[in-house]
Amino acid sequence: MLVQALVVLMDGLAYGALLFMMSVGLSITLGLMGFVNLAHMAIAMLGGYVMVTAMEQLGLSFLAALGTAVVAVGVIGVILERGLFRFVYGAPPLAQVLLTVGTLFMLGAAVTYLWGPGLLSVQIPDWLNGRLSLGPVGVSRYRLFLLLLGLAILGLLVVGMERTRFGAMVRASVDNQEVARSLGIPVDRVFMGTFALGSALSALGGALSVQAMGLDPGFGLKYLVLALLVVVLGGAGSITGTFLASMLIGITMIAGAYYIPWAGAFIIYLVMIAVLTFRPMGLRAARGGH
Amino acid sequence: MDRFGEAYLRTQRRWHWAEACFWIAVAAAWFVFPDNLVLGTQILIAALFALSLDLVMGYAGIVTLGHAAFFGIGAYAAGKLGQQGWSEPFTGLLLGGLAAAVVAVATARLVCRGHDLSRLMVTLGLGMLLFELANKASEWTGGLDGMLDIEIAPLFGVFEFDMAGRVGYVYCAVVLFAWFLLARHLVRQPFGLSLHAVRLNPIRARAIGLDTAAALSRIYVLSAMMAGTAGALLAQTNQYVALDVLSFQRSADVATMLIIGGLGQLYGGLVGAGGFVVTQDALSGLNPEYWQFWLGLVLVLVVLFVRGGVVELLRVGYRRALVQVRRGRP
Repeated sequence: MLVQALVVLMDGLAYGALLFMMSVGLSITLGLMGFVNLAHMAIAMLGGYVMVTAMEQLGLSFLAALGTAVVAVGVIGVILERGLFRFVYGAPPLAQVLLTVGTLFMLGAAVTYLWGPGLLSVQIPDWLNGRLSLGPVGVSRYRLFLLLLGLAILGLLVVGMERTRFGAMVRASVDNQEVARSLGIPVDRVFMGTFALGSALSALGGALSVQAMGLDPGFGLKYLVLALLVVVLGGAGSITGTFLASMLIGITMIAGAYYIPWAGAFIIYLVMIAVLTFRPMGLRAARGGH
Repeated sequence: MDRFGEAYLRTQRRWHWAEACFWIAVAAAWFVFPDNLVLGTQILIAALFALSLDLVMGYAGIVTLGHAAFFGIGAYAAGKLGQQGWSEPFTGLLLGGLAAAVVAVATARLVCRGHDLSRLMVTLGLGMLLFELANKASEWTGGLDGMLDIEIAPLFGVFEFDMAGRVGYVYCAVVLFAWFLLARHLVRQPFGLSLHAVRLNPIRARAIGLDTAAALSRIYVLSAMMAGTAGALLAQTNQYVALDVLSFQRSADVATMLIIGGLGQLYGGLVGAGGFVVTQDALSGLNPEYWQFWLGLVLVLVVLFVRGGVVELLRVGYRRALVQVRRGRP
């Protein structure tokens, strides 16, 4: 009973770590520019496809393929941001929503054209396969890897935001864009950098989720509600808020699927309704002007 | 409302000749294209759906990505009634609309209270939730196979729905026109002006004493009822309901129609629906993935280059031409 609960908890935390990697970029870009990017999960999905191709076609190792996916999608993110998204900053939300839904459709169609509509999977290396026994509990190595990676990224992001010059510029821009601009902070550049970083992290999450959630062209839409839920609950622009929200939602989803299987796909919607009814402004209030 | 406001609304209520031309064209289509009335019926249904979205998105400024939820509820409710032997079309239509309105009342608080992000999430989530429910409750909805055996009695007991869509077209056109009159009347009332105020500046709207939440809830429920009626029309004229009435694709399609035609102008959705459905029909041989790619591209291009949509382009063009003509006069 207790062992079972620990396994569920571990799976939930691993799932939460994936959610964190995939949605932290969305949260920061939303907090920074008030930009609603509904194509964000489609960008994460690209990470998965690049990863699969790098492993199957190019014969790269797991980690090298992961790195390729992160770099490639970071570049794609910058191209999308410079070529498309920056034209609707400050535009009404509707324009942003429609532009990014258009992008979501185009990415989905392009992926179907290039990789076909079927479900893809990857082979994870031996050192991540199997279970690690910690006392009475057997923990999947892959789940543990996801959780540790998620924690490492959280640590890097928090330290990076607090201690680096770039982080200070991001914080200033989130808090008050006009004042940041008038102090000579190149807010546009900051945003481009953040967007690239967010895309790269989402690609990391997307690539690592192939093994756990599978990959098909509907990914970008299927997990969009989940990412939005994380952002609303965690508060746009807050890294620790996003982390806590991801973990909470990850555990709820896995525990729900395990203990109340008939509710299956509906758990997320129940969580959504509960969140919006009781905490409409999120776990922590959003920082900054947006 | 002061005198100035009354005068303004009075000029707004006046019918323009172009509007008359539009509706005459809708009527004339029945005589000119007797072989394409099934397609025409689809356009009219899409137009009613797009009009309902215009009220909530163009006028009230609620960004929604799940309007198909109401369309689908209307379709399933009307379809179920027809399947269970309640075959009278007008009451079926009314009940379809009411079913959608009931769900809208239940969710109005979540949608109208939140900010844009939570609205997006609620509307998207509600749409996906209902799709999933309809998929799971397959004994009731027919699941992926769709709802079959829907019986619809002749209109007034006389005009039977035919395969060529001759009766269906007239039925849909009359329902569309009735809803259009109601919408046109409503947005040219002080209530319509208050929606503009809420959309443009909710804080100031509240400061001048408008009950913004109530205004938004009212238009949201009305719009849901209109969308439900559109869904019911589809169920009755096709005598079949497919699961895709609730799909995200349908919500995105209707938003595309509206944005191509132009937001917040009533005619935008109608014109956009015509263009969209005709194009979709012409390209029906195309692989669905390609269709989705072009759809996405059109959305991006419209947002980047023609935010006002086709109706706004026509209006600006007409005004320019008018100025030219006046200048040309000696």
